[in-house]
Amino acid sequence: MENQKTITIMGSSQNKSAVEKAAQSVFTVCAFMAVMAVASITIYMIINGTPALFKVGVGELLLGTEWAPGAAQPSYGIFYIILTSVIGTALAVLLGVPIGVLTAVFLAELAPGRVAAVIQPAVELLAGIPSVIYGLLGVMILNPLMYRLELRLFHGSATHQFTGGANLISAVIVLAVMILPTVINISTSAIRAVPEHLRAASEALGASRIQTIFRVVLPAAGSGIITAVVLGVGRAVGEAMAISLVSGSSVNFPLPFHSVRFLTTAIVSEMGYAADTHRQVLFTIGLVLFTFIMLINISLTRILKKGEKEND
Amino acid sequence: METGRKRTKINARGLNLYYGCNHALKDIDMDIRPHAVTALIGPSGCGKSTFLKSLNRMNDLVDCVRIEGSVTLDGEDIYDPKVDTTLLRKKIGMVFQQPNPFPMSIYDNIAYGPRLHGIKSKSRLDEIVETSLRGAAIFEEVRDRLKKSALGLSGGQQQRLCIARALAVGPEVLLMDEPTSALDPISTLKIEELMEELKKKYTVVVVTHNMQQAARVSDDTAFFLVGQVVEFDSTKNIFSRPRDKRTEDYITGRFG
Repeated sequence: MENQKTITIMGSSQNKSAVEKAAQSVFTVCAFMAVMAVASITIYMIINGTPALFKVGVGELLLGTEWAPGAAQPSYGIFYIILTSVIGTALAVLLGVPIGVLTAVFLAELAPGRVAAVIQPAVELLAGIPSVIYGLLGVMILNPLMYRLELRLFHGSATHQFTGGANLISAVIVLAVMILPTVINISTSAIRAVPEHLRAASEALGASRIQTIFRVVLPAAGSGIITAVVLGVGRAVGEAMAISLVSGSSVNFPLPFHSVRFLTTAIVSEMGYAADTHRQVLFTIGLVLFTFIMLINISLTRILKKGEKEND
Repeated sequence: METGRKRTKINARGLNLYYGCNHALKDIDMDIRPHAVTALIGPSGCGKSTFLKSLNRMNDLVDCVRIEGSVTLDGEDIYDPKVDTTLLRKKIGMVFQQPNPFPMSIYDNIAYGPRLHGIKSKSRLDEIVETSLRGAAIFEEVRDRLKKSALGLSGGQQQRLCIARALAVGPEVLLMDEPTSALDPISTLKIEELMEELKKKYTVVVVTHNMQQAARVSDDTAFFLVGQVVEFDSTKNIFSRPRDKRTEDYITGRFG
């Protein structure tokens, strides 16, 4: 062992650290792009959305119920539009979430392997269909049905304004179907992530399969299912194309058989010809929508963090 | 069988179990005495856990499992088609290898079983929760935090909580599947002491990898090897004068 040389641990070149540094700065720049995008959207929305608030007046704009931007004496009350988005989304979630969660339970817990192998890709495919296609289906199937229902229910009514079936119910149903893939996929993975030994513990205490699902599996998958619901809400609030086709798009109080306009559809249908104050108000509508989405995301993070803390 | 062993709680007769075409249990005959600890020992994959699970029909959950022969509990065949597994598992509780408390409060963990079986009264549940926790020697440690999540407990505490949860439905038999293999030595000792207590009220069947544990806590021991019971006798006989060469090799650590 006498002739063994001592090997140095000192690096010979500076190149390595230069590459490391370059790589690190590339990653950092990429990461900042996303932050920049969010920040610039926020700033842009605030800058463009607020002028109309002062011009028209906060109360009159947000709480006014008259929407007549083209009139000689224009009024810009978007309260019914906000209300439509809130109620429409809530109803769509109430309809879509139970169906979605129960489908997820079926897929993850009850379906035999072969059945799940058919349904799972179908659901994933559903997520990939462009939203305007949902709208077209709504126009072809839902609206005629709703029109027939409308004719029967309001037969001879002097006050009801006939909509041809383009109403809140159609929009809610389309939205509910559209959030299904989100709710199903996220809930399914949340349910699948529940450890098998919890199911075994429950069944060893005498619980049936269904009791185990409702008393142990779903509560244990709770935070995942909440994520699914909130993302579903986000999708429903932000959806424009499909519901602009089926909801009739006139500003009314959101009652089931009324033609209604959502925050999103208001922007989509009017931006093409709006000018001046009208245009600024549309940006304010965008700001309201943006605020909703932000609130939803913040509450999601809060809920999830709280859930984590409780389980510690 | 010894003549002194007339009273038995569980009898297995000619029990064969197949997972698909894997013959996992071969012709098992066993009489398990009431108010005693029966240990099942043997190398990994010898069928001892499978046998344990066949006593409360937890193998039913596994796909393509086939069972022949009979297992009786107090003379009733537990594989009779008329058996309600809910009632069976109320009578035969189980504790698993990995402590598996539900992600809910300590109280709700214990009350889970009684609630399943229809007990709704708050005062009755309070009483059951306390007696069960006392029965598993953990009440003093958790009395101030019953409403806190059970996941905040240490591994050893969680395992005793799981024992308490099993006791809460009022079982007569307690099956324990390597209950201490995931625990530290002090927690293990506590559970072993607890088993001494438990056998006064319950019939305990425990699967263990730990030969010293079997020698310390059990009254009877069955030695399993590739799906067969090689030897089943009082623990004293198994460890002091085993009749089968393979048993002797195993308990002296020559294989397994």
